[in-house]
Amino acid sequence: MMRYIFSGFLLIAVLFAACGGQSDPSAESAPAESTEIAEDAGNESVPPRASAIRLRVATTTSLYDTGLWSYLEPMFEEEYGVELDVLYAGTGKALEWGRRGDVDVITVHSRTREEQFVEDGYGLERVPFAYNYFLIVGSPDDPAGLAGMTPDEAFGALMSRGEAVFVSRGDDSGTHGKEKAIWAAAGYDYEDVRTSGDWYVEGGSGMGPTLVMADEMNAYTLSDMGTFIAYQSDLNLEPVVDQGDVLLNVYSVLEVTSSGNPEMAANLVEFLTSDTVQELIGNYGVDEYGIQLFTPCAGLDM
Amino acid sequence: MSQLLQAVRIALDMIISGDPVVYSIALRTLMISISATVLASVIFIPVACLLHFNSFRGKAFLLSIVQTLYSVPTVLVGMLVFLFISRAGPLGSLGMLFSPGAIVLGEVLLIAPIITGLTISALSGMGRNISDTAISLGAGRLQMVLKVLSESRYMVFTAVLMGFGRAVSEIGVAIIVGGNISGYTRTLTTAIALGVGKGETAASIALGIILLILAMIVSLTVNTLQHSRK
Repeated sequence: MMRYIFSGFLLIAVLFAACGGQSDPSAESAPAESTEIAEDAGNESVPPRASAIRLRVATTTSLYDTGLWSYLEPMFEEEYGVELDVLYAGTGKALEWGRRGDVDVITVHSRTREEQFVEDGYGLERVPFAYNYFLIVGSPDDPAGLAGMTPDEAFGALMSRGEAVFVSRGDDSGTHGKEKAIWAAAGYDYEDVRTSGDWYVEGGSGMGPTLVMADEMNAYTLSDMGTFIAYQSDLNLEPVVDQGDVLLNVYSVLEVTSSGNPEMAANLVEFLTSDTVQELIGNYGVDEYGIQLFTPCAGLDM
Repeated sequence: MSQLLQAVRIALDMIISGDPVVYSIALRTLMISISATVLASVIFIPVACLLHFNSFRGKAFLLSIVQTLYSVPTVLVGMLVFLFISRAGPLGSLGMLFSPGAIVLGEVLLIAPIITGLTISALSGMGRNISDTAISLGAGRLQMVLKVLSESRYMVFTAVLMGFGRAVSEIGVAIIVGGNISGYTRTLTTAIALGVGKGETAASIALGIILLILAMIVSLTVNTLQHSRK
């Protein structure tokens, strides 16, 4: 027993040392020596590196689930000698992490909320870097007969019939925000929709799981194009409504004002909007899915 | 059924081929949950002794609270720890959020009630004769406590193993304060959650099998240690 207690005390000491080391904000200019330590950082005998040389980006799930960030991450790490931590969450949570100062950069897709974020002083500037479209997807036999409708007509038909199941993200994400905007455009109060019956299902999870749920329930849902295409082969769902300006889906990158590492955060914004990476984003997934997932749009006002 | 068999095959492939990603996730998970278990044991076994060998007002009430906390939801612990160590929180200056240390901290809090409560149960199970005998033979109070503790060590080890089991299998803390960062805070459970979300069934089951194998290795090791010391 004594041996356990002793080794435990050693551990506490090491842990405290590790925490202390991590809070050191001064180590901005110490890149390199990155990858192998990062893999072992869970081991308490190797103190995690100072937070200043780990850059944290919070991304909306669609840019993560499509694999875009996993594809770009090593390139950025290589180019700037920094360890990039990619955290995925819905737009609401990603912005909340930004407000609390827990991440350095945010990539999300909800224009009004991004503009609010910048206006409130939490973000430096909203920089659009890619776009695609949202889709209303459903089973191929289209039980509610939505094909050919505009997005707001389709939502109106779902609501007035109240039979065909619609799975909502229900998680305060960018996609959920877009869904609410379409309900508003269709002339409905969102609270009324939400409480109108069993046909409206609040899934409360990310885009991928929501698609799986819609598939299982033979339901409709609103999905960003990238995630839908990445998941399509496993699902019996098809785009039912894919035309309409309201379906435009713009991804922006925002530098968080309180970042402990503003220089590197600016580097990430520059990286995403650089010609080379813009081209890579435009070509991402084309080989695998035979269709463009994201259209680059750096420099455009969207 | 064939899906399950396929998953088992994939798991075996991953283990035999030494898939570096899977190994690093497994190793990280083990490091984090063992650190949490050792820390929690070191702090809360003595706390359990203090509680057991002293009488005070409200003791029964306190013990029932400890037992209630066996069932504390892991996501709740995760959220509370998040609020404390987020940069906007009281301990924000430590910069611990989204690090393996943050997961260890959360898991220590998560399993503290189990280790405390079950250790008290272990000590209670010893009856008074051991402590009385020790004192009558001239043992000091600390010696007496250590004697009772050593007599009840099998049950105390069980308490520690239960704590480890809850730490290694929990996901609420790991995903909220760890963030499931690839190569840094991704644990077996958060990797499984991501895999399930992506519909990667076989790989997820494989990771689950690996987690169970780890748990088996830990419990066998602890059992062997106990017997070799007898």
